Amino acid sequence: MRVRRHRPDDGRAPAAPAPGDASASPSRPVLAGRLGRNRPGLAGGLARLFAGKVDETTFEALEDLLVAADVGLASTGRILAALRDAVRTGAVAPTPEALVAGLRAEIVAGFAGEDRSLQRAAAPPSVWLLVGVNGVGKTTTVGKLAARESADGRRVVVAAGDTFRAAAGDQLASWAERCGATLVRGADGADPSSVVFDAVEHAAARGADLVLADSAGRLHTKTNLMDELRKVRRVADRPPGRVSEVLLVIDATTGQNGLAQAREFTNTVGVTGIVLTKLDGTAKGGIVLAIHDELGLPIKLVGIGEGPDDLVAFDPDDFAAALTGV
Amino acid sequence: MFESLTDRFDEIFTRLRGRGRLSEADLSAALREIRVALLEGDVNLEVVRELVESIRARASLAELDKSFTPAQQVIKIVNEELTAILGGEPLRITYAPKPPTVVLLVGLQGSGKTSAAAKLARWFVEQGRHPLLVAADLQRPAAVEQLRVLGRQVGAAVFSEPTDPVSVARRGVAEAIRVGRDVVVIDTAGRVSVDTGLMDEVAAVARATSPRYTFLVLDAMTGQDAVATAVAFHGALPLDGAILTKLDGDARGGAALSVAKVVGRPIAFVSTGERPADFETFRPDRMAGRILGMGDVLSLVERAEQSLDGDATGRTMERIRRGRFTLEDFHEQLQQMKRLGPLSGIVGMLPGLPKEMRNAAVDEGSITRIEAVIRSMTPGERNDPAIINGSRRTRIATGSGTRPADVNDLVNRFKEMQKLMRSSGMMAQAHPGGRRQKRKGGRVTPASR
Repeated sequence: MRVRRHRPDDGRAPAAPAPGDASASPSRPVLAGRLGRNRPGLAGGLARLFAGKVDETTFEALEDLLVAADVGLASTGRILAALRDAVRTGAVAPTPEALVAGLRAEIVAGFAGEDRSLQRAAAPPSVWLLVGVNGVGKTTTVGKLAARESADGRRVVVAAGDTFRAAAGDQLASWAERCGATLVRGADGADPSSVVFDAVEHAAARGADLVLADSAGRLHTKTNLMDELRKVRRVADRPPGRVSEVLLVIDATTGQNGLAQAREFTNTVGVTGIVLTKLDGTAKGGIVLAIHDELGLPIKLVGIGEGPDDLVAFDPDDFAAALTGV
Repeated sequence: MFESLTDRFDEIFTRLRGRGRLSEADLSAALREIRVALLEGDVNLEVVRELVESIRARASLAELDKSFTPAQQVIKIVNEELTAILGGEPLRITYAPKPPTVVLLVGLQGSGKTSAAAKLARWFVEQGRHPLLVAADLQRPAAVEQLRVLGRQVGAAVFSEPTDPVSVARRGVAEAIRVGRDVVVIDTAGRVSVDTGLMDEVAAVARATSPRYTFLVLDAMTGQDAVATAVAFHGALPLDGAILTKLDGDARGGAALSVAKVVGRPIAFVSTGERPADFETFRPDRMAGRILGMGDVLSLVERAEQSLDGDATGRTMERIRRGRFTLEDFHEQLQQMKRLGPLSGIVGMLPGLPKEMRNAAVDEGSITRIEAVIRSMTPGERNDPAIINGSRRTRIATGSGTRPADVNDLVNRFKEMQKLMRSSGMMAQAHPGGRRQKRKGGRVTPASR
């Protein structure tokens, strides 16, 4: 499985998918190949699962499966209770295969009827603010969104709202250059609110459609940094700007701390959707299931690599399949 | 739902403590709680399974030592098991007989390698060494620039060139030899362990530079996947240890336990904040103690000694040990702590601090309010808050610009804190009739030591 590397200086377009790579269509580039890599250690559990009879050990194996995917005990408990009910009422046959299918269906059902599309303001420019703790992939996601929106014909302004991290502006500049989006940045250590404000003003003056605002990574336990973020949102939401998305970026390797992150960021800036990143690794990202359970936040996007095309819409079926991949 | 592993174990403490004897059923119940707490703390499922079984085996076999209650014995066993897994003795960095000593940092994207590289360089400078930073992450836009800026901040030169990671690393070591640097810290690109091409690349970097230490940089908030990642990197390289980052958050850090257990290598360093100085060697006994709610008092004392009045700190710690911890002492601690820098890293280390206080105290604004309230009290009130009646409360509130309810709140929380400090064994019992933990010499010692 190749992950495409994009060296910033070479100026070449990303490589086309290799001829035998049938799964790499424009709408779903190599997603199926990148999800659900099984990990060593669960093999024994899964063998128990398919030993033939459905009994308590089968449910224990399913619990192990979900816990090992970072779904967490609470959500796992809820899902398995629903599954037990389904077996009891006969809705799900008492065979291991039917149980796994029932499990997937239960997970998928939780996402039914949601609008997972990215929202735009009634009048441009829309502002999409990306938030999250350190290292999750906010800047890279901003870059990918800039690439995608530009390719779709929209005029994009990128706000280098991370004024703390060394060379964050440079990193974003590289993305903006590649797709022809305008970058608005401030001095190092500048007030992020003023950078975002400048970007919104600039976008309005030039008739741009969208402002993508990056922000510095911050641990949700740091009150002063959360206060700063609240202010950024407030400022970004002043006319002529309209914040139509606050996307919380969650790293797929995150454990139960992801719940605390989601709660705090939601309380502080009102999260409208989740971006689940780094799903091309071994982690299954089950924590977003727990987040979705508890807070109802829609998972809008999934990151599956470091290249501009490695961003896809969240698909509950794919997610459930990868999560329960046996 | 508990906030943290520390809180969960505090709860176990309290529940078990009341019992005179621990029956088989009690032990199973306690182990279930421990299992839940460890899973909620992101310890790997398989590691939890093994750990619970070892604890059960030891607890079943253990003879009832009259010095301790059964609950204390279980906690002692848990503490010992965790400490053993976390590595026992701290890793001592030694240097190559023929310089430079090469340190290679590897890990997933976003784990904090670049920051850790700069902090590690600064740590080496503090040790009297002369490190060279090598920026071998040519994948992430501006990663080299980021390391250059950080290098300037910590006073370490940075080497890089726009070729390929293996060449950069090799030439970086050659450059260090040429200019007489005795340590080389190599930052590499983040990579997923299933990308065989990139795993081969990092193995090639290691072959080209023969690192004395290869550290996996691991985010403290990593969940169950920590083991898969560690095993994969260890298989490709191998690893000498790990650096745990972003410990200043409220992630429980179970990944550390998992990696140490499965890979059999210690956590070498921890990163505890955003400043270059927020970096220290990992102390396994203190981490286990922290997880168990015993707090990381010794680390606090160490940091205090580094930056402020050692005598005052020593006096405070001695008072705590002798069972005296008043609002006056608390106020003094707050003053000291303010001088140590951002509170979130330190407050987490205070033993038995109730979770409300731990999370509230992270907010430096409320520290100021707490201080104001204490300052408005008379010495008698600080010594014995029980005498604070309605009229005193009103006076204190007016004097500190708070409300009587805030004063009440502080006093209650402080009492909670004292209670937990006593019950954790940190602080001797205040009243003679209370249960004391005695060793043979008759000295009072904390339960878990």
